Amino acid sequence: MSRKFFPVFALLIVLSMVLAACGGSAAPEAPAEESAAAEEAPAEEAVAEEAGETEGAAPAEGGSTLATVQERGYVICGGNASVPGFGFIDTEGNYSGFDIDFCKAVAAAVFGDAEKYEIRPLSSQERFTALQSGEIDTLIRNTTWTLSRDTDLGSNFTATTFYDGQGFIVRIADGISALEDLDGGTVCVQTGTTTEANLADVMAARGISYEPVVYEDVETGWTTYEEGRCDAYTTDKSGLVSRRTLLENPDDHMIMDETISKEPLGPVVRHGDDQWFDIVQWTVYATFFAEEHGITSANIDDMMAETQSPSEKKFFGTEGELGSFLGLDANWSYNVVSQVGSYSEIYDRNLGPDTKTFIPRGLNSLYTDGGLLYAPAWR
Amino acid sequence: MTTSTTETLLPPTEKYTILGWIKRNLFNSIGDSILTIVAFLLTFVLLKSTLSWAFQEAEWTVIVDNLKLFMVGRYPAEELWRVWAVLYLLAGVIGFLWGAWVKGNERVGYVLIGMPIFLALLPFTMEVRLLILAVDLIGFLGVILGRRDNESFKKWSIIALLLYFPIGIMIIGGIGEGGLLPRVKPDLWGGLMLTILLAVIGIIFSFPIGVGLALGRQSDLPIITWFSVGFIELVRGVPLITILFMMDLMLPLFLPATIRIDSVMRAFVAITLFSAAYMAENVRGGLQSIPKGQYEAAHALGLSSFAAMAFIILPQALKAVIPILVSQFIGLLKDTTLVMILSLFDVLGIGKSVLGNPDYVGTSKEVYVFIAALFWVLSYGLSYASQRLETSLGVGER
Repeated sequence: MSRKFFPVFALLIVLSMVLAACGGSAAPEAPAEESAAAEEAPAEEAVAEEAGETEGAAPAEGGSTLATVQERGYVICGGNASVPGFGFIDTEGNYSGFDIDFCKAVAAAVFGDAEKYEIRPLSSQERFTALQSGEIDTLIRNTTWTLSRDTDLGSNFTATTFYDGQGFIVRIADGISALEDLDGGTVCVQTGTTTEANLADVMAARGISYEPVVYEDVETGWTTYEEGRCDAYTTDKSGLVSRRTLLENPDDHMIMDETISKEPLGPVVRHGDDQWFDIVQWTVYATFFAEEHGITSANIDDMMAETQSPSEKKFFGTEGELGSFLGLDANWSYNVVSQVGSYSEIYDRNLGPDTKTFIPRGLNSLYTDGGLLYAPAWR
Repeated sequence: MTTSTTETLLPPTEKYTILGWIKRNLFNSIGDSILTIVAFLLTFVLLKSTLSWAFQEAEWTVIVDNLKLFMVGRYPAEELWRVWAVLYLLAGVIGFLWGAWVKGNERVGYVLIGMPIFLALLPFTMEVRLLILAVDLIGFLGVILGRRDNESFKKWSIIALLLYFPIGIMIIGGIGEGGLLPRVKPDLWGGLMLTILLAVIGIIFSFPIGVGLALGRQSDLPIITWFSVGFIELVRGVPLITILFMMDLMLPLFLPATIRIDSVMRAFVAITLFSAAYMAENVRGGLQSIPKGQYEAAHALGLSSFAAMAFIILPQALKAVIPILVSQFIGLLKDTTLVMILSLFDVLGIGKSVLGNPDYVGTSKEVYVFIAALFWVLSYGLSYASQRLETSLGVGER
């Protein structure tokens, strides 16, 4: 028997080696080709060429994302379907949330119609592959801006839509007020996230021994914390604040002052398409600009009729040709604000005081109010 | 057994009063009595807390409000009639099959009829209740049609069942743009519908592949044997979740950018391949259970190898493996929840995303209990039906 099967094994081994060799070389090459091709062809030429050639195909190998998106007729955003306030499915089956609204804003900028978008729900493991392989046009899914992701994973972070940081929630009765008090205790943390790594780093640096209790999804972690099986629960502060209100006795719990990480979240695009990068980045800035100038979806038409400010006129598209620099219509930023709203409108709709997921604005205020939001000059 | 005539004795009957029964079965000795009391206390405590949670604390509104999501996911509301149509077709086909083939077996029939009635008692709107009860009506019509004692109906009912699946998928997926059946992208399929579709399509497509592989494994031609053995052992050697991950993460990187495979399609292919390997081994078990005499007898009759396989061996082998196939289907039905990692909204995936809705955060117990109950009803129903099917087909009593 063994002699009879030897050729089979030999064949299998050879086959698997061939496959491994193919696999090994194919993956890292793809992004390199992509960026090289994109650099060669100037954006405008690519628009003309690609529009005729590709048939709804993804632009993984060179070419302009904008042309592909326009040809397809809608933007595909990688999103989240189970994070309260940021991305979830409502009872009618529509996507809703803070991140989803920024996807709508991109759709409004490109098509003048905020409904021309599609969300591809992604898990945290598959999100960068989906972006790299061209399955999605932009990734807006609570993704933290880090150096390695910005470079090694072949993605570009456009702007920060939400400044977050990792914190801890504890039971007041336990008398824990600083990280040191957690020595020898247990901490609930979601697995596979930067949160888990941050926790390990900080605790090791400060020489605090603790036992991590890891969970795949957020709700299980919270349930475990509520049942008292861990002393603290750690995640981004936005998550702590919004979920605390839903605990059985919110007043028995407190969020520690300590913030142990920076978590700037924002839309991500593929390496190698600067035009698309600009479009997504300036779409975000358009919502900042609108808030800075007090423009909302309700008053935008009045503002447009009355304004004397040159930068506002450029913003509304009544003057200048800023839109054409991006490859978009002159009134693209008007469409963003009139259909989706200014940053404060988006924020209040999803995370404002009237919602169940209220998060104080904190760092996510305009620079004039002590926050970090700042739109570059509109000229 | 050629003994003289013996008097037929009735089996001994025992008659107890209720108290007598209790004494004999529950308090026979001191040890028994202690066990009985402890067991009763435990059951009482568990039942009490479970029931008081289910009827007092639990907020079942999360299920009622999101029922559409749980059943069909993000399937467009204006096209929902298509899902009903497919369900009615199923009721009709099953009724027809029942009428043509099944004699007696009333109990299963009552269970089948009882299910829609039970569902209609749940807190739905009146309209939905009528729609659910219509399932029974159409099933009945099918039975009446099938009962018209026409032998050719037996053949037709099988053809109807086989045609049902492609037609059903066509109605749900749609054809072309516009018209009566506009295309509904598989991205929008979800909920229980997607779970069942994945399992049913997986088992149907893997059946021919599996039978082919099982025959291939026994073939005398080395390349076919090697290929079959290689495929079966490779696929059986890795967990389903690995195959799904490969399909999801690696496939897009290997394929040229112009080819995009929909994620539902990727899941279908992964599940079919996975299930085919197991199917092949199950069918091989059936093939090996056929005595050699059957092969020899077939050849002695002058049948070709193909005819012997198709008309003598396979029918017996497949009949022998029906129970295993049903349990494989039940396993597959539950395995499909793994497609959640492809971010598909099967019934578990949609449950997770419902929990992400700020209005329903903190209702995870209700959602997961509901999903568990759904799976239990489906799995138990299937296994019950298959036991009955075995009896009426006479499996195991050759």
